[in-house]
Amino acid sequence: MNIPSKLKLVMIGNGMAGVRTLEELIKLDPDLYDITVFGNEPHPNYNRIALSPVLSGEQTLDEIVLNPLSWYDEEHITLYLSTTVLEVDRIKRRVSAKTDLGEEITADYDRLIFATGSTPFMLPIPGVELDGVLAYRDIADTTAMIEAAKVYKNAVVIGGGLLGLEAANGLSKRGMAVTVIHVADWLMERQLDPTAGQLLEQSLKARGLKFCIGAQTQSLVAGPSGRVSQVVLKDGQCIEADLVVMAVGIRPNTALAQACRLHCERGIVVNDTMQTVTDPRIYAVGECANHRGIAYGLVAPLFEQGKVLANHLAQMGISRYVGSLTSTKLKVTGIDLFSAGDFMGRSGSANTPVQKAANLESSSDTEEIVLSDPHDGVYKKLVIKNNQLVGACLFGDTVDGSWYFKLLRDARNIADIRDKLMFGESNLGDVGHEGQTSAQSMSDSAEVCGCNGVNKGQICKAIKEKGLFTLDEVRKHTKASASCGSCTGLVEQILMFTAGGDYSATPKKKALCACTEHSHQEVRDAIAAESLHTIAAVMERMNWKTANGCASCRPALNYYLISTWPKVAQDDPQSRYINERSHANIQKDGTYSVIPRMWGGETTADELRRIANAVDKYQIPTVKVTGGQRIDLLGVKKEDLVNVWTDIGMPSGHAYAKALRTVKTCVGSEWCRFGTQDSTQMGKDLERALWRMYAPHKVKIAVSGCPRNCAEAGIKDVGVIGVDSGWEIYIAGNGGIKTEVAQFFVKLKTAEEVLEYSGAFLQLYRLEGWYLERTCHYVARVGMDHVKEKILTQADTRLALWEQLKFSLDGEPDPWFEHAQARVDTRQFQALELVAPSTP
Amino acid sequence: MTENNPPWIRICKLEDIPRLGARRVDQPQGPQIALFRTQDDQVYAVLDACPHKGGPLSQGIVFGHAVACPLHNWTIELEDGCARAPDKGCVKKFQVKKEGEHLYLNALEINVIET
Repeated sequence: MNIPSKLKLVMIGNGMAGVRTLEELIKLDPDLYDITVFGNEPHPNYNRIALSPVLSGEQTLDEIVLNPLSWYDEEHITLYLSTTVLEVDRIKRRVSAKTDLGEEITADYDRLIFATGSTPFMLPIPGVELDGVLAYRDIADTTAMIEAAKVYKNAVVIGGGLLGLEAANGLSKRGMAVTVIHVADWLMERQLDPTAGQLLEQSLKARGLKFCIGAQTQSLVAGPSGRVSQVVLKDGQCIEADLVVMAVGIRPNTALAQACRLHCERGIVVNDTMQTVTDPRIYAVGECANHRGIAYGLVAPLFEQGKVLANHLAQMGISRYVGSLTSTKLKVTGIDLFSAGDFMGRSGSANTPVQKAANLESSSDTEEIVLSDPHDGVYKKLVIKNNQLVGACLFGDTVDGSWYFKLLRDARNIADIRDKLMFGESNLGDVGHEGQTSAQSMSDSAEVCGCNGVNKGQICKAIKEKGLFTLDEVRKHTKASASCGSCTGLVEQILMFTAGGDYSATPKKKALCACTEHSHQEVRDAIAAESLHTIAAVMERMNWKTANGCASCRPALNYYLISTWPKVAQDDPQSRYINERSHANIQKDGTYSVIPRMWGGETTADELRRIANAVDKYQIPTVKVTGGQRIDLLGVKKEDLVNVWTDIGMPSGHAYAKALRTVKTCVGSEWCRFGTQDSTQMGKDLERALWRMYAPHKVKIAVSGCPRNCAEAGIKDVGVIGVDSGWEIYIAGNGGIKTEVAQFFVKLKTAEEVLEYSGAFLQLYRLEGWYLERTCHYVARVGMDHVKEKILTQADTRLALWEQLKFSLDGEPDPWFEHAQARVDTRQFQALELVAPSTP
Repeated sequence: MTENNPPWIRICKLEDIPRLGARRVDQPQGPQIALFRTQDDQVYAVLDACPHKGGPLSQGIVFGHAVACPLHNWTIELEDGCARAPDKGCVKKFQVKKEGEHLYLNALEINVIET
């Protein structure tokens, strides 16, 4: 027998970060390792974050198991529960452990993961060893607290941080009289500023909790039974207590790592691939790891670490963990609280790990915008530095928490929205999805995702039952926000309050798709800088994880190549979505629609006759007038497409493409008694200059002849409105999923200028936009100032862009007629035929 | 051609299908079949109807050994005809025989209309 044996992977710890790493690894390569896991609790991997809802009685223990024992079986993982690892011998590469029954176990390893988590810090005060004194860390602690609440009356929680307050709230809900002792001057001082901390105290007091703020615990005193009965404070005050929960902080659990002489420093020190700096065979992940000086305690960063580690274990060594920004939300139902980044601003200095992660320092050059309404219990503070949002602290109204967090992560310049910032995303003139902005106020039966018919209850249920933590996971399992994406904000909110405080949106850099770690921008930059001309070259240069990409990245790459290298890079039809491959829109029954181009929305009797004849000849079931002033023929069979195009004899309307669609016009000065400019002619000129222009997404233009604006130019990518003295140009409007009013861009005198400025703006968008990003999102991302700088201020840049666009479009074929030039594979229009089975 | 049991019907040549593409086989009396060719010239045949809402898989983008349905972007694995998790459902698979550059389908299999 000479079967090459698998590598042996041993993991110490059976918690969320570690097991997530194994899941990611198994996804990448299920057969590479024999996996052994040691866990010192008697439970399989469970959702530690959900212990608070369990304590308060909102969830049961069974509901929070993430990986049942059957999962370990199915994945052939050897699991030792209730087993403590005693020693790691790095020379022999052997782990020795002991079960709670005294049985000794050893396991050899080729790779070893420390996922030992953290241990709660117990104050070194007299009485800490007494019965009835607990930490709050695992299922055993939670169960002990639930049991105690059945028998005893008085509880004291030491520590008014996130965990302590959740414990206090849970115990209070279970009927105990709870006092919280907190050493700092206000509650949750690592997440809140003094004002928000005091508001929090008030609302918790209203729920029956008592507080000793700024108080130090001196000792714990036993009663006659030997169980704790009193807590004594430094100032001499005594508080009755049958149960004491210490929640004063956690420390990375590094005892074992130190014993085998791995370098530790508030955590096991690892590099960007989660490898320990001491021993290349050993990795650390999760709360026990110290990455660039930070040991994270929230789940989202830990899952990111797990993903990176899995990548390395699967020998695909291409990803790095570079740290995370985190935000906090309290899991006490009914209390809305959110904080992120430098939440203190000028009013104090807070040196939290969060700030170090963000490389932020509280300093005097920050500014604050504050809204405070004590009557309704609402307090919001936004901290701004150099025109960027660097911190937020919200109490009572956290609807915009995820939006602020996004602005913060993206380091977006907020100068242009500063006056509206405090009032939230819904006040940006963007009505949002059905006007819904607050997920928390929605009922369970309220629909969140209108595309896929998913309601709030279904999303909450999936998050709880399937243990989902990221937006992507929710999309995969529920389809919510997986189609048009307009409800993404709502879904993020639901995720935040269902998965709780440990949810945080993931990294600033978003990978283009699962095939790569690189973002859209990185891919665009590389294509331009390194003269990459083919999809294969991009994939090779940028270490694509898949052989030929997927349905998300290939169309994006194809677009980036042809827009960056016009006349050089060749279009790849097989990397285009079916509509752009067959130059017609696929319908739900597999037939297609045909929309011929009508310049500026004008047509003739002759064209209409040809259309009518084709409708009869090919028995086209539906003829419809579109919103873009054209005629849509619906229900055309694929094999008839070429003949219908030929018979009608009008150019392709590109209604199927990420390209210039229509130029909608009003009648204008030729006929209209109000018209000030010949909008129809302007529209026709724009359409003739710009048609066949592929773009990151579809592009719509409208031209109105007077400010009455009958062509609805205010919701177009480029809107042109004629006034007596010339033309006003508006850009980045959108009438689709989210209505966005176009912004005034410039006023021009002549029709030639309109062509030049519009073309230059669209070329800038073509070069800088990310695939599937409409102009409104593109301009929101790069900022209107950037666009104005390039087009209005820099006249030479504007001219160069306009020339580039003309060069790109010159000689572009009409795909309906010039099949070979447009690389249309005409074989697709004929089905392969079956004659009869061959006879012998 | 060479064998009569099972009766193999010649459909087309390998080169008649674009790499990372598909052709549709039209049977007036039988189920529509999608014939796929991957980058590494593997050929797969499945019913041309996504298990989700019947979308024509032959019109989807082919990547690896899978196709993305053009209607709602389900990914169907061509090896087993099943949707990639968490979507659930499988589409009927058909055998393909490759002899030289010619491709054949099994007449016994493809004439069965499934409901």
